[in-house]
Amino acid sequence: MEVTTIEYKHCDMIKIRGRIDSSTAAQLSDALDSVIDQGRFKIVIDMNDVEYMSSAGLRVLIGAQKSCKRYNRGEVVLALVPKRIYDALELAGFVPLFRFHDDLLAAVGSF
Amino acid sequence: MSESIFQFFSQPSPSDDAEGQSLQIVKYPAQFRVLDDLREFVGQQAETCGLDEKASYAVQLAVDEAFTNIIEHAYGGECDKTIECICQCTPDCLVVTLVDCGNPFNPNDIPEPDLVSDLEDRQVGGLGLYFMRQMMDEVSFRVVPAAGKNTECNLLQMIKRKENVG
Repeated sequence: MEVTTIEYKHCDMIKIRGRIDSSTAAQLSDALDSVIDQGRFKIVIDMNDVEYMSSAGLRVLIGAQKSCKRYNRGEVVLALVPKRIYDALELAGFVPLFRFHDDLLAAVGSF
Repeated sequence: MSESIFQFFSQPSPSDDAEGQSLQIVKYPAQFRVLDDLREFVGQQAETCGLDEKASYAVQLAVDEAFTNIIEHAYGGECDKTIECICQCTPDCLVVTLVDCGNPFNPNDIPEPDLVSDLEDRQVGGLGLYFMRQMMDEVSFRVVPAAGKNTECNLLQMIKRKENVG
């Protein structure tokens, strides 16, 4: 799994490429924490190239969403989520907890 | 093929028998880094067995969650102990069995997943087992004697049926 972070004026974008499982989830968690620790709470996650995600990835996403939404200071938005990954999010009841965008620019522009 | 660590599968078995069934056994260390290899193995077995891509993904997800649960609950974290994965293809389904000889595992100890609470109250425990049950047609847990030893092992069996059969 590869994680890259791009800092924009009004938000940060984290692009994930590859597979998120119990082995790689910590790496994603570290990337999110390093943005959040800078006091930046508006995050777009580009999931277009995520091939696979287990519940370990869900755990990281919800942890980040809890941190970002605290005090209404921001939120994590999910962009370009592949069908299989969306199905897992839906199965876990995560869909109401996130905003979804199928356009990266719109996701970034939503902040 | 190597000998299985527990009695149930310890009798020698040809990889392909007369009825067209196949049995593949792979042993993995209880480490998260092998998850990629494990998913690739069960994915290949699923496809060889005739499951479609969606069903193969479901099997990979279920086996990943099961393997992760074994490391976390039966072995109390990553270690050098072994987890055995047995894939058996039958005419109408793929049977995946995971065996570990860690702490006895009782699925009733795992909390029901919370799928509806608000964000602040949302708990994520139990999602792994929930995914296993959602992805597979049958999930069952048993405790079995270890081959040649006076100990017991956990045997987790998961079945994915082929859609075009029956």
